[in-house]
Amino acid sequence: MSRRHQLLFITACALFLGLFSFTAPMLVNDYIVRVMTVMCINAILVLSMGLTNGFTGVFSLGQVGFVAVGAYVSGVLSLPAAAKAAYLPNLPGWIAAVNLGFFSSTIVAGLACVLLAFLVGRPLMRLSGHFVSVATLGFLIIVNNVLINSDDYTRGARTFTGVPLQTTLPWAMGWLIATLVILARIVYSPKGRAWRAVREDTIAAQAIGIDVLPVRLSAFVIGAFFAGVGGSLFGHYIGSFSPASFFFAYTFSLISMLVIGGMESITGAVVGVVIVSLLSEVLRNLERGFDLGFVAFPPLYGASQIALGVIFILIMIFRPSGVVGDRELSFGRIVALTRSNRKGVNS
Amino acid sequence: MSIELYITQQLINAISLGSLYALVAIGLSMIFGILRMANFAHGDMMMVGAFATLVLQWAGCNFGWAVVGGIAVGALAGVLVERVAYRPVRGAPEVTMLLTSFAVTYILENLGILIFTSSPRNFPLPDWLNSAFQLFDGQITFTQINILTVVLTTVALAALGWFVTRTDVGLGMRAAAEDMPAAHLVGLDVNRLIVVAFAIASGFAGLAGILWAAQSGVVDPRMGFTPLLKAFVGAIIGGFGSIPGALIGGYLLGALEVSIVAFLPSQVSPYRDAIVFALLIAFLLFRPNGLMKRTQEVKL
Repeated sequence: MSRRHQLLFITACALFLGLFSFTAPMLVNDYIVRVMTVMCINAILVLSMGLTNGFTGVFSLGQVGFVAVGAYVSGVLSLPAAAKAAYLPNLPGWIAAVNLGFFSSTIVAGLACVLLAFLVGRPLMRLSGHFVSVATLGFLIIVNNVLINSDDYTRGARTFTGVPLQTTLPWAMGWLIATLVILARIVYSPKGRAWRAVREDTIAAQAIGIDVLPVRLSAFVIGAFFAGVGGSLFGHYIGSFSPASFFFAYTFSLISMLVIGGMESITGAVVGVVIVSLLSEVLRNLERGFDLGFVAFPPLYGASQIALGVIFILIMIFRPSGVVGDRELSFGRIVALTRSNRKGVNS
Repeated sequence: MSIELYITQQLINAISLGSLYALVAIGLSMIFGILRMANFAHGDMMMVGAFATLVLQWAGCNFGWAVVGGIAVGALAGVLVERVAYRPVRGAPEVTMLLTSFAVTYILENLGILIFTSSPRNFPLPDWLNSAFQLFDGQITFTQINILTVVLTTVALAALGWFVTRTDVGLGMRAAAEDMPAAHLVGLDVNRLIVVAFAIASGFAGLAGILWAAQSGVVDPRMGFTPLLKAFVGAIIGGFGSIPGALIGGYLLGALEVSIVAFLPSQVSPYRDAIVFALLIAFLLFRPNGLMKRTQEVKL
């Protein structure tokens, strides 16, 4: 498929999804729109996580730390002046004077995470295996601890509230499309090839002249940008959050999406988000208890998480590379499929 | 208040806290030493042990037997988790094992919530454990629980020391930690060694959980997570995979945490966890083998 066709195809897809996101509120009910919006935000976060964890093989458990920073930075910057005076009276004047719109505060949140990721990643990306996981987990705890203790900026452990609810489905979908396009461009470029080379065999990658630290750091920093963006979208979606919103529960839920879908491809990340989100919604409705007429099931709070955990372990045992593995649903493949059915998707 | 007495009081606190960290860190380190696996579900054995003790007390057991039962249930839970979840992924990339243990934590905590709800429950203590000692007009205070913690930890550690140096299974465990394929080659039953390691490690965690619950007075399904993270720090400071290292690391961490709160200005002490985990990161970067030298190298 020529480059022009490909561009045309991508634009058509993006236009379709964009149009759909605008018309969706008229077509389906509120609940479904909400689920889709959250799925878009989570997809951005899982994609950002996949860069380090999947493509460079450096399994970070600290991504949610960047999400938290993104949510708080953009929250503080876009809080209306009245809310600022009410909730954050001790905010330094120069920050209190700033009042950014949704888009610009999201970009600033992403850039703040880039800066933080650069500072944190420079030392941490030297580590490998479980050491990097434990160290990045330490980063997450430090972020949480600092957020709780920075009362002047974050209201401490109390709920940070008053963030304008601006994340609508078109915004979330728009950012998701942008993320997908940008990441697909990077991952399947020479840069992305270096990431995967480092993952597959660090020593061999070094032997052919790849400098491991900058390669890993670039994935970490780019991932952090989108984590910050996702955090901002998250903050503007729920409006009020606390440091506890960005801790282990959220970390596990994002990781399960990434791992169940398959962390070595972009398609996998998106598929994982869809599978886990739909599954959680169904299970969450079931665990409230239901009545089959002849037998009534009592509410079992926690059962949906247990089911998710069991599925996670089964995936780890029987399909450790996830549902999708390292395959991609590329545009060429779709076209090949529509033109002739002689070859399967796996070809 | 004299400074000597103040320091003595803090020392008592540090030993009491350090004992708990050491108990958890040793189990974590043992499992890491043999399987090269960072076992996130280790902390949940604390929760299992504490809840088992609670249930046994409800059932009418006296406290002593309830503690023994709690430790046994903790050990059993560890063995069960190894058999069901960890054995199938043994030999997989380290991240796969780590994620599996992460999922086990998630399952166990939610199982705890399902059975006992997420609100903390009172942990009843017999009367003979509820009194406190006061010396020097109340300038030094310690409770029976502090004494019990130190005594039980010492007994457990002495038993472990005897076990790993004097028995065949214990020696085999250390051999497997040193070099798993070689241990296999000389005919050691590695599966059995791993089961024993999980039983001991989880039993220790169960004991730590019971003592933790006795000190705080409550049990809840998420109680194991914070101590587990601290135990990671202790184990890594000491040298991940080394039993004496984990012991030293656990006590050092206890001392450090107590001194941050006791001796640093009150603006700094809320940042205790940040300081502790910054130390963890520093150790991983500059001294990944910990204080106790081990042969394994950590590289980019």
